[in-house]
Amino acid sequence: MAEITINGLKATVPDDATILEAAKTVGIHIPTLCNMADVSSFGSCRICVVEVEGAKTLQVSCLTKVRDGMVVKTNTGKVRKARRVLYELLLSDHDQECLTCSRSGSCELQALGETLGVSETRFKGEHDSPPEDVSVAITRDMGKCILCRRCVAACNEIQNTGVLNAQNRGFDTVIAPAMEGKLGDASCVFCGQCTVVCPTGALRETDATKKVWEMLDSGKRTVVQVAPAIRVAIGEEFGMEPGSQVTGKLAAALKALGFDDVFDTNFAADLTIIEEGTEFLGRVKAALTGGEATLPMVTSCSPGWIKFIEHHYPDRLKHISTCKSPHMMMGALVKSFYAEKIGVKPEDMRVVSVMPCTAKKFEINRHEMMNNGVPNVDAVLTTRELGRMIREAGIDFCALPDAEFENPLGMSTGAADIFGVTGGVMEAALRTVFELVTGKELPFDKLHVTPIVGFEQVKEAAITIEDTLPAYAFLKGVTVKVAVTSGTAGATMLMDQLEKGESPYHFIEVMGCPGGCIMGGGQPRSKDPDVKQKRLKGLYTEDEGKVLRKSHENPYITKLYEEYLGEPNGHKAHELLHTHYTPRGMENRLADKEMVRKEVSPA
Amino acid sequence: MDGKTVTAAKNGCEGCNQEAFDEIGNIIDLYKDKEGSLIQVLHRAQGIYGYLPLELQSYIADGLGLSLSEVSGVVTFYPFFKTKPQGKHTISICMGTACYVRGGKKLVETIRDLLGIEVGETTEDGMFTFVVERCIGACGLAPAVMVDDTVYRQVDEEMLKAIIEKYRKGEVSA
Repeated sequence: MAEITINGLKATVPDDATILEAAKTVGIHIPTLCNMADVSSFGSCRICVVEVEGAKTLQVSCLTKVRDGMVVKTNTGKVRKARRVLYELLLSDHDQECLTCSRSGSCELQALGETLGVSETRFKGEHDSPPEDVSVAITRDMGKCILCRRCVAACNEIQNTGVLNAQNRGFDTVIAPAMEGKLGDASCVFCGQCTVVCPTGALRETDATKKVWEMLDSGKRTVVQVAPAIRVAIGEEFGMEPGSQVTGKLAAALKALGFDDVFDTNFAADLTIIEEGTEFLGRVKAALTGGEATLPMVTSCSPGWIKFIEHHYPDRLKHISTCKSPHMMMGALVKSFYAEKIGVKPEDMRVVSVMPCTAKKFEINRHEMMNNGVPNVDAVLTTRELGRMIREAGIDFCALPDAEFENPLGMSTGAADIFGVTGGVMEAALRTVFELVTGKELPFDKLHVTPIVGFEQVKEAAITIEDTLPAYAFLKGVTVKVAVTSGTAGATMLMDQLEKGESPYHFIEVMGCPGGCIMGGGQPRSKDPDVKQKRLKGLYTEDEGKVLRKSHENPYITKLYEEYLGEPNGHKAHELLHTHYTPRGMENRLADKEMVRKEVSPA
Repeated sequence: MDGKTVTAAKNGCEGCNQEAFDEIGNIIDLYKDKEGSLIQVLHRAQGIYGYLPLELQSYIADGLGLSLSEVSGVVTFYPFFKTKPQGKHTISICMGTACYVRGGKKLVETIRDLLGIEVGETTEDGMFTFVVERCIGACGLAPAVMVDDTVYRQVDEEMLKAIIEKYRKGEVSA
């Protein structure tokens, strides 16, 4: 331990602590910009400089380790002046188009200027940034980039996708894919974690609000659906605590925005469990009875994960469940089952999905995601974009009375709620599959499969099936092994294990973002260090608050099969709810150049 | 990332010189377990291939277990690394202070007129690449011109024309 003095206060901290960390322990706030939790510090912005007694120059507090007896001053005239100059230098290369920037009001660079009391910008830097790189999911605008490298940390250290790095040097430096390529041409999986950590508007979701307003104004039947993770996060856009359960207000806000039908992706999550559970049992049966089947089966709900495996492990696509992701299933159903029900032509309908995800914006443009030439889903809004639309419409979100999602595609069980958090899809699947096979309820307290709950990178569970119903006798005595991971770095571990032939699992759940959809690339940017835990708690509470907590108990699902789909995994289900994948290889080397269909205009 | 992507990189580079790729593959094998060897590998790869096209960078990235954007980040950081084919001969005009004031700037224009290319470019016939240097440490010889490894002293326009002609006729080998 080292004892240091900061602004006259004594702090005792471990020897390897930084000055910044030590200051926090005594309640002293040092302004930072590039600093980010859980990754190695880079110290690019220098804003956190402090005076250290005996040192010739100002020291960067996020990198400088404490020394016993060190005396630090964080708030001297010299420090304040240096910070202001540093800030002005950051601004000198920034386009300063704040009034028309989507981050205006939520920009950390803007907020920092106010904190530091900067009242002028004296330096004019080089302003010849390359043009915006607009992919279907993420927009990269180097005019707003201050080279802090948080996105580089997210892309390389957290997600291990390695798409973004600094290219060139000096004034020509840009954060970009290799050789200043475009995101759409690189192995970017569009997870959007870079857009969550970007302090400015340099990396953001590619806007869909304009397109959705046009749909709403067009008079065409416009249907909306919302993913599970939205209901415990959208409140943050309106100043609420992370994890606040605002399902009722969310449904009310969507109605107020003018959507004709307000459905719940949760319904399709329940449907996914039936389809995916059936597929899993089919594969296991084949494997155990001498047939051919690829195991482990891996979940397919996360389009970022799907794109990741297509790039990095194109030979392993047969492991992926053929189920479309829940919102694509919903889109397919809206434009078939529901369209028939209300007598509207599918091509005259528009489906909008509100997702915690930027990769979903890519997913709807995949050529596989169409039926009869009509795209399943027409637009994807992130949680943040929906927040913007609600504000633009002048809706007082916090004051809205609760409303409900509409049937027949709005009701869901608790199993669907937890689709939004790592481990949730697996738990939901186990709740149904176990009961289907044994006739008994899954033997866990409150139905939570505790070994796969939480934020460990790789989690596993094993469940031995002792007794079965007669139809599933082949499973008698079998220990089903499952693994769960979130984030593409964890996925790499499980896939490398598979490549080596050492994977002991039958079923693997992968979500592309660390923590699952609650921490997706489209979610509100939170400053709360406990945001993950709070959103997780929100979803589990939502689940526990429901009477029906297993997907197969959803009466509307039963009815849907009786009235329309027939058998799970049957012909109709396959046509509408299942898909296939595209081997891409790194940098799309193996992929068909025409793999992404052209944007469908909302007309 | 792993073995199979290396093959993918190879397959993905139609028209690449396979022999050179194999030779570079051996170098990657030498260095792949040593951390921080990227620059050495790039250096030697450029020595063999002449420049570092994206396909080659990708091959090196896969071999060393690095991301392509990290490799290209290093390649584009150092002016030494070239991403476009270089000419048979590299003409460097020194633009250090001494050479600049004694006519280096004029020599740059002469090259422009003579070869029809800008700084950093290569002639269409692949004969010459034209670069400028910031002081080659031969101030006493100003203005100095280097062609490949040979330094020419106190060069004027006429001498420069003669030098270029000499290389063009193959009177001096690379």
